[in-house]
Amino acid sequence: MRSLEARGLACSRGPVTLFRDVSFAVVSGEWIALRGANGSGKTTLLRCVAGLTRPDAGDVLWDGEPAGHSEHFRESLCYGGHAAGIKDDLTADENLAALIALRGVAADAQARRAALARVGLEKRRHLQARWLSAGQRRRIGLARLALDRAPVWALDEPLTALDDEGQRLFESLLTEHIAGGGVAVIATHHPLAPAPARELRLGA
Amino acid sequence: MSAAALGSYPGGFAWAFSRDFRIAWRNPGETVLVIAFFVLVASLFPLGVGAESRLLERIGPGVIWVCALLAAFLSLPQMFATDYADGSLEQMTLSAHPMIGWVSGKIAAHWIMTGLPLTVLSPLLALQYGLQADTLLVLAAALAIGTPILSLLGAACSALTLGARGGGMLLALLALPLFVPVLIFGAGAAEAQASGLSPSAQLSLLGAGLIVATMALPAAVCVAIRIALD
Repeated sequence: MRSLEARGLACSRGPVTLFRDVSFAVVSGEWIALRGANGSGKTTLLRCVAGLTRPDAGDVLWDGEPAGHSEHFRESLCYGGHAAGIKDDLTADENLAALIALRGVAADAQARRAALARVGLEKRRHLQARWLSAGQRRRIGLARLALDRAPVWALDEPLTALDDEGQRLFESLLTEHIAGGGVAVIATHHPLAPAPARELRLGA
Repeated sequence: MSAAALGSYPGGFAWAFSRDFRIAWRNPGETVLVIAFFVLVASLFPLGVGAESRLLERIGPGVIWVCALLAAFLSLPQMFATDYADGSLEQMTLSAHPMIGWVSGKIAAHWIMTGLPLTVLSPLLALQYGLQADTLLVLAAALAIGTPILSLLGAACSALTLGARGGGMLLALLALPLFVPVLIFGAGAAEAQASGLSPSAQLSLLGAGLIVATMALPAAVCVAIRIALD
């Protein structure tokens, strides 16, 4: 059983205190939803969990050990931010290969093709990303989730720009991830199936 | 579910190097711009100053160096800014590979795409100034050692100005003064050769500078990127 835990996180942006004393814990097979109005600090909280932003107070623990900048945690984490990290000049397949290689995961052309086929980009896989729509770019990120075996997902509004079918696709990926013993922290406004183990409401 | 992720320094280096190189190959505009700027400006001086050979020979090495320095500077603002804007920098920072690996890979790719072509072209451009063959060689050697220092220093400054308003102007204020020692020793090497002295002192100092820069600056870039993302 693996666990991701946050204890007493606090963070401020400039003069604004976004949240104070936020704690949560997720264990294998669970995901937790971050909710809250715009500007309530969902993105910042996710960045704190990922280790991109240093919280003013509090700790993030992975398997009971401080996550911080630890290599063990970085190797376990798949982070999806607002900007998906897609390069205009690379093709869909090259973007996927780059994102996956960055995580140190080996995926051959066949596996990438299968993943892109699953998200509906098989015919467009040799097209440069500049010609893809916003939703299709998001789908490259979904293909990455399908290939990456990282046990922790920290995702910021993963459904932005996705259509209904894309949402179902994401739900099936999330189901597999959870069933495989993964944990996830997801900031989203959409109701998702499977339902989250808990909801964390910010800015209340 | 196990973490199959395996990060390594060479893995990160190769990743960043090949990716940046491929992107530049697809979209060569920026590299071409840097080289065209260098060629144009270095060719303007003989036209403007006139064809007096003694004067041209005298100013040649210095002018070529200043042109190379400004051309190298042109490409700096984009070094991390596009990756910062499209979210790649976050993904790289959170990657399984150690940060210093891919940072070094990006700097190496930057040098291959700017410093190396400038070095290769410099003897050709220096012909317009009527420099002797041995001086041309020393000039190219000095550029070969000096331009990697420019890429390293430039990377640190570029990372420091990430996300800052008016980043371009700030970058100029930050980077150009730091380039000064490289300029002095680089141009000095060719001038020493032209006046019949040995350029080895200047070249050795440049070499020492390159070693120090290679050891220290990638780590500084990593810190600057962390601050920018925070």
